[in-house]
Amino acid sequence: MSEETTTQGIPGPEGAANVIDTDYEIGQDNIETSVGPFNLDIHNPVFLVSGLSIVAFVFLTLAFQNEVGPVFDAMRKWLTSNLDWFFIISGNVFVLVCLVLIVTPLGSVRIGGKDADPDYTYFGWFAMLFAAGMGIGLMFFGVLEPVYHMAFSEPIGVPSPFDADGNLIEENVAAAKAVGMAATIFHWGLHPWAIYAVVALALALFTFNKGLPLTMRSVFYPIFGERTWGWPGHIVDILAVFATLFGLATSLGFGAQQANAGLEFVFGIPVSNAAQVVLIIGITLVALISVLRGLDGGVKVLSEINMLIAALLLVFVITAGPTAELVSGFVSNLGAYASNVIPLSIPFGREDDGFRQGWTSFYWAWWISWSPFVGMFIARVSRGRTVREFVICVLIIPTIVSVIWMTAFGGTAIEQVLTGPDSQVHQYVIASYSPELSLFGMLADLPFASITSFIAIILVIVFFVTSSDSGSLVIDTITAGGKVDAPVSQRVFWCTFEGLVAIALLLGGGLGALQAMAVSTGFPFTIVLLLACYAIFKGLRDEPR
Amino acid sequence: MFKKILIPIDLNHVDTLEKAVSTGVYLAKADNIPIVFTAVASTVPGSLAHTPDEFRAKLDAYAASQAAKHGVPASGHAAFAHDPVAELEDALLKAIDETGADLVVMATHAPKLTDYFWPSNGGRIASHADVSVFLVR
Repeated sequence: MSEETTTQGIPGPEGAANVIDTDYEIGQDNIETSVGPFNLDIHNPVFLVSGLSIVAFVFLTLAFQNEVGPVFDAMRKWLTSNLDWFFIISGNVFVLVCLVLIVTPLGSVRIGGKDADPDYTYFGWFAMLFAAGMGIGLMFFGVLEPVYHMAFSEPIGVPSPFDADGNLIEENVAAAKAVGMAATIFHWGLHPWAIYAVVALALALFTFNKGLPLTMRSVFYPIFGERTWGWPGHIVDILAVFATLFGLATSLGFGAQQANAGLEFVFGIPVSNAAQVVLIIGITLVALISVLRGLDGGVKVLSEINMLIAALLLVFVITAGPTAELVSGFVSNLGAYASNVIPLSIPFGREDDGFRQGWTSFYWAWWISWSPFVGMFIARVSRGRTVREFVICVLIIPTIVSVIWMTAFGGTAIEQVLTGPDSQVHQYVIASYSPELSLFGMLADLPFASITSFIAIILVIVFFVTSSDSGSLVIDTITAGGKVDAPVSQRVFWCTFEGLVAIALLLGGGLGALQAMAVSTGFPFTIVLLLACYAIFKGLRDEPR
Repeated sequence: MFKKILIPIDLNHVDTLEKAVSTGVYLAKADNIPIVFTAVASTVPGSLAHTPDEFRAKLDAYAASQAAKHGVPASGHAAFAHDPVAELEDALLKAIDETGADLVVMATHAPKLTDYFWPSNGGRIASHADVSVFLVR
C-alpha cells in the first residue's frame, strides 16, 4: 500500500490490466458545438433527453402540485411498504458481496492496473467519500434517530421506555437505549456503505481496468455487450442523471430549510422563503467556485475542511457531553449493533412495520437512489487502490466513524432526554416533533451553545456545497458520455440548474413530491445494482491479481 | 539561446495547432535544439485513449511524426491531471518543470479549439511560468 500521492496525479506505470476490446470510441456520440462564447461537448441523446425532461418535470410538478404530489407519495409508500423485503434482502446481498470481496483472492485486484499508484492520500480520499456519501445526513439524523428509535420506533419489538403518559419505565431503559442505537447504526453502517461500495467498485473496475467510459452504463457491458452504447445504455444513464439531480435538488431545498431553522434558533433570523432562496443561491455560488477550481483545488479542499470542522464538533460533543458514558457507549453500541444487525436485516416475521417500512426500507431506497452519484464520485477518486483496500475503506472505516458519531451525538441526546424531561431534545423530538431542530436542541443544552450551533450551521451549509459540486461533476460526466474533460461551461450549467430546480421547488412547493420520486428511482436501481454485483465478479475474474 | 522547447498540444485538435507548431519548429531549427510535445489527459478513459499508457503512445507517435516531417528531434511528455479541464495550467507548469524546457511555444485563442486552450490559459502560463513563453495567435 502506498501513501504516496501527487497533486497532479501523474501515475506510475499502469502494468497489467484486462482492457475490454470494444469498437466504441468514448465521445463518438457526442455533439461538439458552441452557444455564444460557451463550448459544448455533450452526449446525444443523454444530455438532451435528461435536460429537457427535467425541465418538463419541474414545470409539471409546479403546475399540477396538488395532483402530482399524492401520486408520487403513494408510489413511494407503495414501494417501501410492499417491497420492503426486496430492499432489505438486496441490502444484505450487497453487504455479503463486499465481505466476500475482502476475504477472497479477488480482493487483490488493483483498480487501475496491477502497478497503478493511488491518486489520493488516505485522508483526502476518505474526506471526499465521506462528504459525498453521508456528511449531511449525519448532521440531520445524528440526534434525531437514536432518540426517536429509542422512544417511539420499537425496532424488532423492543418496547419503548416511556408509557402512554410519557413517564419513564425504568426496566425498559437499557434495552431500548441499546436497540435505539443499534437501529440507527444499522441505517448508517455497513448496509448503506455496501450499496455505495458496489456501485463505486463496479464503475471503477470497468473504467480504470477495462477502459470503458466513466458512466453508469459501462457496468452493463458484460450483460448488454455492444448494445450498452445504444438505448439500453442511454436509459441507464438518463435514469442516473434523474436520480442524481432530483436527489440533489430536493436535498438542497430541505437543507436550506434546516439551515434556516438553525439560523432562526441561533440568531433569530426568521424562517422565510427569501432567506432560504438566499441560502440556496449562496450554496450554489460556492459550489460553482468549487467546480471551477476542479477536483483537487475545489472539491477535495472543501471536503477536507469539512472533515476537520466535523471532527472538531465531534470532539467537542464528546468532551462536553457525558464523556465516560460515551467512551464506554462506543463499545457497547458496537456490541448492540453486532448482536442486532441480523435480526434487523431479516424482513420477515416482524411487527415493527412503522420502523421497517417507514425507516429501513425508505433509507435503503434513498441510499440506492443516491448510489449512482456517490458511486461515480467514489469511483473517480479511487484509482490505485486494491479491491480489498477499497472495500475495507469504503465499508468498514465509515461504519466505525458512523458508530462514533452516533454514539457521541445520539448518546448525549439520549442522556439529556432520560435525565431531563425539560431538555430541548425532549422538546423537539418527543414533545413536539421538529426534526430540523433536534441537533440544535442537543447543542443548546451543552456549554458554548451559540458558538457550536453556529459551527453546526456552517457545517450543514458546507456539506451541501460538497454534495452540490461533486454532484455537478458527476452529472456533467454522465451527460458528456463519460468524458471528464468536457468544457467547464457544462459544469456551470448543471450546478446552476440544480440550484434553480431547488429554488423552483422550494417556492412552488413540490420538494416532498420530488423527493418521493427520487426515492422511487431506488427501485429500478436496486435491480441495476444486483446486476452490477454479477458484473463485478465477472469483471474481476479475468483481471490479473 | 534556448536549450529545449515545450509545445503544449491538444491531441483532439491537432489541425488547429499548425501555426504554433511551425513557430516552434522554426525556433528549434534556428537554435538546433529539441522539441517536447506535451498533452494533458485524465487517468479516466477518454476519447483519445483508454489507459494512460495508450495516451502516452499516441502522444509519442505524434511527436515522432512531427520529427520526421520537420527534421527536428522531438519527443512526447504526457501529463495527467485528476480534473484536466480545471487543472490544465498546473499540469502544464509541472510539465515545464519536469521536462526542463526553457521556452514554451503555445497556441492561444485559436479558432475551434475547445476549452483546453482558452486565451486565459496561455496568459496564465505566461504569467506563472519562470521560463520564456511565446504565445502564438
